Amino acid sequence: MPMSLADRPDDPDLYRRGVLRAGGVLVALAVARPVLADANELKAAIAAYTGGRETKPGRVTIDVARLVDNGNAVPVTVRVESPMIAADHVRAIALFNERNPERDVARFALSERSGRAVVSTRIRLATSQQLVAIATMSDGTLWSGAVDVIVTLAACIEGEG
Amino acid sequence: MARALITVPQDAKRGDVVEIRVLIAHPMETGFRVGADGRRVPRDILRRFTCRLDGEVVFAAELFPAVSANPYLAFPLRADRAGTLSFTWEGDGGFAQTETATLNVA
Amino acid sequence: MRRALASLALVLLVVLEVGAALAQQDSRRSGYDHMSPATQAMQGDDTQNPAMLFVADGESLWRQPAGPVAKSCASCHGDALTSMRGVAARYPAFDVPLARPVNLGERLNLCRVRQQKAEGWRAESPDLLALEAYVALQSRGQAITPPDDTRLTPFRARGEQRYRQRIGQLDLACAQCHDEHAGKRLGGSTIPQGHPTGYPIYRLEWQALGSLQRRMRGCYSGVRAEAPPYGAIELVELELYLASRAAGMPVESPAVRP
Repeated sequence: MPMSLADRPDDPDLYRRGVLRAGGVLVALAVARPVLADANELKAAIAAYTGGRETKPGRVTIDVARLVDNGNAVPVTVRVESPMIAADHVRAIALFNERNPERDVARFALSERSGRAVVSTRIRLATSQQLVAIATMSDGTLWSGAVDVIVTLAACIEGEG
Repeated sequence: MARALITVPQDAKRGDVVEIRVLIAHPMETGFRVGADGRRVPRDILRRFTCRLDGEVVFAAELFPAVSANPYLAFPLRADRAGTLSFTWEGDGGFAQTETATLNVA
Repeated sequence: MRRALASLALVLLVVLEVGAALAQQDSRRSGYDHMSPATQAMQGDDTQNPAMLFVADGESLWRQPAGPVAKSCASCHGDALTSMRGVAARYPAFDVPLARPVNLGERLNLCRVRQQKAEGWRAESPDLLALEAYVALQSRGQAITPPDDTRLTPFRARGEQRYRQRIGQLDLACAQCHDEHAGKRLGGSTIPQGHPTGYPIYRLEWQALGSLQRRMRGCYSGVRAEAPPYGAIELVELELYLASRAAGMPVESPAVRP
């Protein structure tokens, strides 16, 4: 159980650790604000898309490398469990991101003619963040899936061409 | 006319679900980038992709700046009947391009 | 009995030695090996590889007449699939009139100016890169085969010297990252050995096709050194050394790289 500042105030190491801990809390708050803001924007974008209707987590998987080679072109595949028959199929898949300049990535329209609910593309990811996919079924129900992706910058930053 | 590469499997049997792949040359300029002159490079992206089989839409996509340059799409289609596939891209600056391919079904 | 055992021991010794020699095989690795499966798939599949868009452009350019006599590459070289087979694998090569080595892009441009009497393309121009990609594709799978040409020796030697020379504010030589520390990580990336097996590459960082010279100039910037201009003899000499360093490795052009 770590000692607090009150216990041994004249111990320089503990004092230093106490100050660092307090400073750490301040830093954490400073960093947390932008992160919370992004997460809220993502929620708002999804809510705008779904019209506030209930969205159940499940049936949607996002296939993406957990650590990408380069954020400029990240291969992504979204799969939705569905029989893809006239009576029961995926009508739409929308892909959202957490930390790019804009939340939208792409929106896809499928039909029972599609046969399977799976779409692949390549996307840009500005930094490490969460991706969320929302699937709209033919009966209007909504399902979602999410994944966290780590994006690092190229090690050698080069000049123009 | 931008260069486009379209892949439609030629060996589909009736009822097979095939994967169609399309790739088109386009910078997908996001509008967020700052050029060498310090000014924002204006947005110039492809916004919409539509695939039709004999005129009927079988797949469509709305694209945003988050889609990579030289956009790639792979999507499914159940090979119920042979027909003519058309692929249309529309985008900023009045961009409009259509390519066609034949879907053969055994 | 003792004789038989001695013979057996001798055989075993030979087998072990041969095994060790085989294990000591080629430790050279293409940058392909360090890529994620998704990026590898992007390169390995011609229906997915963005570079193939530009290869298609190159194929059109191959057949396009140019210059006052309206000759195309095909006019003299016919079908690239046969005439250009293995060519890219042998570059850089010596050019007699210039009395120095030239890389594949420079050779294409020289042909354009000398034979087609057309205006040369500027370095990294989309047309030149597309044609280069199309021609390089015709060597895919072949072993990099630097020409056995003694005229190239002094240039290659200077290239190797430059490869080992510390440069820039970061005071780094190519050899330090790409020989000593290859396979280790710099930031989030694995340091490749730097073999020119896939040029021109579709580099995800550029979101475009680019040449080996572009990549090397990026390295110069990376160590905070002044990059030689495109076409500088220093760059071709480095290319020449890199090609001999990669001799025998298969051509992957057009490759995808992060």
